[in-house]
Amino acid sequence: MPTRTFIEAIREGLREEMARDESVIILGEDVGKKGGVFLATDGLWGEFGDERVIDTPLSESQIIGTSIGASINGLRPVAEIQFADFIFPAFNQLISEAARMRYRSNNGYGLPMTVRAPYGGGVHGALYHSQSVEAFFTHIPGLKVVIPSTPYDAKGLLRSSIRDEDPVLFFEHKKMYRSVRGDVPDGEFTVPLGKAAVTHPGTQVTVIAYGLMAHYALEAADRVAEEGISVEVVDLRTLRPLDKETVLDSVRKTGKCLVVYEDNRFGGYGAEVAAIVAEEAFDYLDGPVTRIAGPDVPGVPYNHALEDWFMVNPEKIADSIRKLAAY
Amino acid sequence: MAVTSRAGKASHLGDAVGLSDAELLEMFRLVALARAVDERMWILNRAGRIPFVISGQGHEGAQVGIAWALEKKKDWIAPFYRSIATCLTFGMSARDILTAQYATATDPSSGGRQMPGHYGSHEHNLVSVSSPVATQLLHAVGIALAAKIRKTGQVAMTTMGEGSSNQGDVHEGLNFAAIHKLPFIFVVENNGYAISVPMARQVAGSSVWERAAGYGIPGVLVDGSDVLACYAASQAAVARARAGEGPTLIEAKVTRLTAHSSDDQQTKYRSEEELASEKALDPLPLFRAQLADAGILTPEAEARIAAEVTAAVDDATEYSESQPDPDPSTAMKWVFAEEWPGETPPPWGMGAPAPHEAESEHLGPGDEGIERSAD
Repeated sequence: MPTRTFIEAIREGLREEMARDESVIILGEDVGKKGGVFLATDGLWGEFGDERVIDTPLSESQIIGTSIGASINGLRPVAEIQFADFIFPAFNQLISEAARMRYRSNNGYGLPMTVRAPYGGGVHGALYHSQSVEAFFTHIPGLKVVIPSTPYDAKGLLRSSIRDEDPVLFFEHKKMYRSVRGDVPDGEFTVPLGKAAVTHPGTQVTVIAYGLMAHYALEAADRVAEEGISVEVVDLRTLRPLDKETVLDSVRKTGKCLVVYEDNRFGGYGAEVAAIVAEEAFDYLDGPVTRIAGPDVPGVPYNHALEDWFMVNPEKIADSIRKLAAY
Repeated sequence: MAVTSRAGKASHLGDAVGLSDAELLEMFRLVALARAVDERMWILNRAGRIPFVISGQGHEGAQVGIAWALEKKKDWIAPFYRSIATCLTFGMSARDILTAQYATATDPSSGGRQMPGHYGSHEHNLVSVSSPVATQLLHAVGIALAAKIRKTGQVAMTTMGEGSSNQGDVHEGLNFAAIHKLPFIFVVENNGYAISVPMARQVAGSSVWERAAGYGIPGVLVDGSDVLACYAASQAAVARARAGEGPTLIEAKVTRLTAHSSDDQQTKYRSEEELASEKALDPLPLFRAQLADAGILTPEAEARIAAEVTAAVDDATEYSESQPDPDPSTAMKWVFAEEWPGETPPPWGMGAPAPHEAESEHLGPGDEGIERSAD
């Protein structure tokens, strides 16, 4: 089976969806001739032309607002926000408009649009090229939020996102673009939205993660396995709608739950997962539902010593697993 | 239509802008209908039947004249909360407008989910209105982008007040639309006030239309109480858009005859003298006089239209009064295209019980939720 890097899988997914459906367009900053600052759209401008791969001005609200309009009038836009950190000028369009359009029109208007954005730290991106922004968007019903961790999932979930009838935010961890490689079969396959995956079966502790943290959770699981701790890793893949059953089934089996996320701990997405587990699997728990997440500072600091301090990594996760296993 | 000696004058009036007498009468009916629907809304509000009104009185002439130049069910409008006449011109009915005031289950704009004034109709290519202002400009620009890419020949228009025109989305959208020469028309219905704040404190440079120059597109100023002038300005913009020449900005000077909304007291910030003098800009009597002078609006025609309008508003009121409230059991519908129960069904916090709990006799007030979750 051919292997692909994470970003190659994304690029292939985009190209194949554009070839399959002429209503799919791409718009964003530098997505054209340059092919995007991470080269996610490299080659697509040459293949599909100016009208379907559109370099926009530096105006994120416009990128999202025109995607909303274009999706009302028969297109399936895939918008790229150059860094997730720069999505906030479009926050109003996403929250007030995209998330609410179908609901407020009583199904008069749906918005089949996808918004891709690289997120995450560990790449010396500092405060404004490292953020994890998912919690702002998972909070709002009406938006689907996807964070894949493997090239296979990235391609399959991207296809499902583009074909979905509602707005999907598709966040890609930029540290994974070239460092993660995996099998991606040729030909047509999709990965359904709203389905988590158990990526490492185990019996004693459930670790719930997504994105880069799903990889770090697997590494941590391997480390503690040598110490005799059996960890089950659940990779959420779609944050909203949440695959609650896969999460709860695992926790009901292991009795212990650690939620891992890279974002600031307070009010992060994992807090909601922890709350659901605490409410709905309480009778099965054999220890406190715990979280390991980024510290509560307003950004990832630049200097390598500070960035290392900020980032959750396999060893920090392994420590948390050890403590929880010993509880 | 029969051409009489009086109608000879009439066709002269319409000829200048290419409108037949029948079209002019229909435009008058729409202005009159919008006004009558609007006045009925205030009566129903003061009578305690509907909780909130946001009005379009004073804007109707500009709205009808401008929307008339578009093609119904082909072109698009992203309107705003004062767009009653715009929506009527584009195909919504008096019932559609009044069911929105009552927020009935059958309100086609939102099924009772939105506040009054937040109109929309997929059937009539009217984009659903939200409350944050000026967001809709970008939706119209996106619709125009899709029209250009799909080569549909459609034109997309958005309308808003001059206060809203100060939002950043307006700049971002005009810039993009002008770069790509999109078939897009930006209409500013300038009534001089953003709720209470006058134009001088809202718009630097004393006009909106002159901002068009910064984007390299035509800016047009038109008297919003002159229905035919508004139509002519819009018609020129539509022709330009269809020819692939790009966007146009139209600023129509209108007056706001009512307070901002039923929760506003405009005498607190507008003088009696100003309110009295602004009445001269009311498009309804001006259009009526223009058509009567031209011999198009005969006393018989006026009586017929008045009767039609009254009947339509009475019917819409009775209909809306008879319509059911939306059922709360439908309130989770249409978050997404597919059924979506939410991660935790209401009542929140009552999750799936452990097996022994499901059999417990100690189910409390939340037991309904437990049973549902246990399914």
